[in-house]
Amino acid sequence: MAEGAGEEKKKFSIWDLPDVPMGQLPPHLELQRSRVSCNKDAPIHTESIQYSGAYASMGIDNSSRLDLFSNNFRVEVVRLNEDDIEFDMIGIDAAIANSFRRILIAELPTMAIEKVLIANNTSIIQDEVLAHRLGLVPIRVDPRLFDYLSENDQPNEKNTIVFKLHVQCKRGSPRITVKSDALKWLPNGSELVKETRNATSDSSSKPEIYTYFGCSQETVPEFVKNPIIPKYPDIIIAKLGPGQEIELEAHAVKGIGKTHAKWSPVATAWYRMLPEVVLLEDIEDDLAEELKSKCPVNVFDIEDLGKGRRRATVARPRACTLCRECIRGDDWEKRVALRRVKDHFIFTIESTGALPPEVLFTEAVKILEDKCERVITELS
Amino acid sequence: GRYNLIFYLKICFPNDYWIQFHPFNSFVSWFGDLEIGLKETMEHGSFTDNSAATFSLTDEDHTIANAIRFTLNQDQMVTFCGYSIPHPSEARVNIRVQTTGDPAREVLKDACQNLMLMCRHVRCTFDKAVEDFKASNAVKAMKIDSQDSSGDDSEESE
Repeated sequence: MAEGAGEEKKKFSIWDLPDVPMGQLPPHLELQRSRVSCNKDAPIHTESIQYSGAYASMGIDNSSRLDLFSNNFRVEVVRLNEDDIEFDMIGIDAAIANSFRRILIAELPTMAIEKVLIANNTSIIQDEVLAHRLGLVPIRVDPRLFDYLSENDQPNEKNTIVFKLHVQCKRGSPRITVKSDALKWLPNGSELVKETRNATSDSSSKPEIYTYFGCSQETVPEFVKNPIIPKYPDIIIAKLGPGQEIELEAHAVKGIGKTHAKWSPVATAWYRMLPEVVLLEDIEDDLAEELKSKCPVNVFDIEDLGKGRRRATVARPRACTLCRECIRGDDWEKRVALRRVKDHFIFTIESTGALPPEVLFTEAVKILEDKCERVITELS
Repeated sequence: GRYNLIFYLKICFPNDYWIQFHPFNSFVSWFGDLEIGLKETMEHGSFTDNSAATFSLTDEDHTIANAIRFTLNQDQMVTFCGYSIPHPSEARVNIRVQTTGDPAREVLKDACQNLMLMCRHVRCTFDKAVEDFKASNAVKAMKIDSQDSSGDDSEESE
């Protein structure tokens, strides 16, 4: 098809061709712009054509102005539980979706155990291994109620949560498994006292303590009915044999996933583009049966046309996992086209329990806004 | 010929990293004994032609840079834009903007504004969608309850 735009000698205009709709791209360019074609060997057209003047020679404005975006953008929630959410975002670009995903994983704050003060550990689990395991236990508390604790701050009730773990396996009793429900919340702060090296210190001086709680955390209205506990009570922390004991205090502070993965509020968050399966020609009878049996997730269905003839249809394109079984073999690539829609993202967020997943996404968007604002203030 | 002078415009904004990022955090005082992290945004450009410049942002990475690059591309005054990360161990991003005449800094600011507006719209739409979903689920749960309590007879008759 001689669709060369703007050839001078014949004053040929692409709009004169009969099958090109006015003001839009020709179908093959629209396919290239909006779909990733997943061929047998590799996908093509994976980059998103963002440049506003990409189709300027054809007179088409590729910029997505804010009003167009506002009109076309849609969100549809597919599944919403206490711990995970699956929703569709339609009309957004991969750059922004990826920013949300990165913020969800690495830049949303949570509370996690950072300092472990071990008074007694005669178990076979080493101190540092025990502390590492305690750090990974998710804590069911809203991190927005707390502040960050930096090096020069004193730990007080606004930036620290104190837990205590004291388990003992008596001689003669069977082995016990220490699970995360053994962590008890101390709303009044640390009970341990710092050791002072000064041998000549007067006994009347007050002993130094580790945290300076002005008031009990129990008085905060959010914690009155919901004590702060680990989200899952059955996480195995250690195992004790007879005669072994663990006595420690754990201080939890606020942090973000970038510093250490224990502060990441999501088990994981991911997205995929909506799959689109297109039958390029009519597939009938035996071929249709073969196609239906090839797909491991049952994307295809057979419909009866009457008189014993059957035809294959695409019933569940969303379930396609891109295994490419349907285009394996001779000639199948001419019959089935696997594509992905570039601006339709199926987002899944699995929360570890600190915050509900829909709140997590809202907070992630807020953080992106804050970053932009910071760049703007720095530029002004 | 034209003499292009390269100048460094250093904007030092001493600030605490955490406070700036999380303004809903209202307990920390601004002028406490906090370690002050230096944040610099450098603009490398020329005195005579301010339509092309490279902005070097510290403490940033692909998260914001790719999103800004997307909104910059959508702007019709931009002829070229891109970003690079000079070294992965250093949290610094260089964003290059070349425009059709407008000052590059204004164009970058507009792009950030657009990104903020897009984020706000995303947030509103998402909140509304979650509310609608929860409401429709609540309605479905009520329907199932009422069907269970009075549904045995009607099911048998069908």
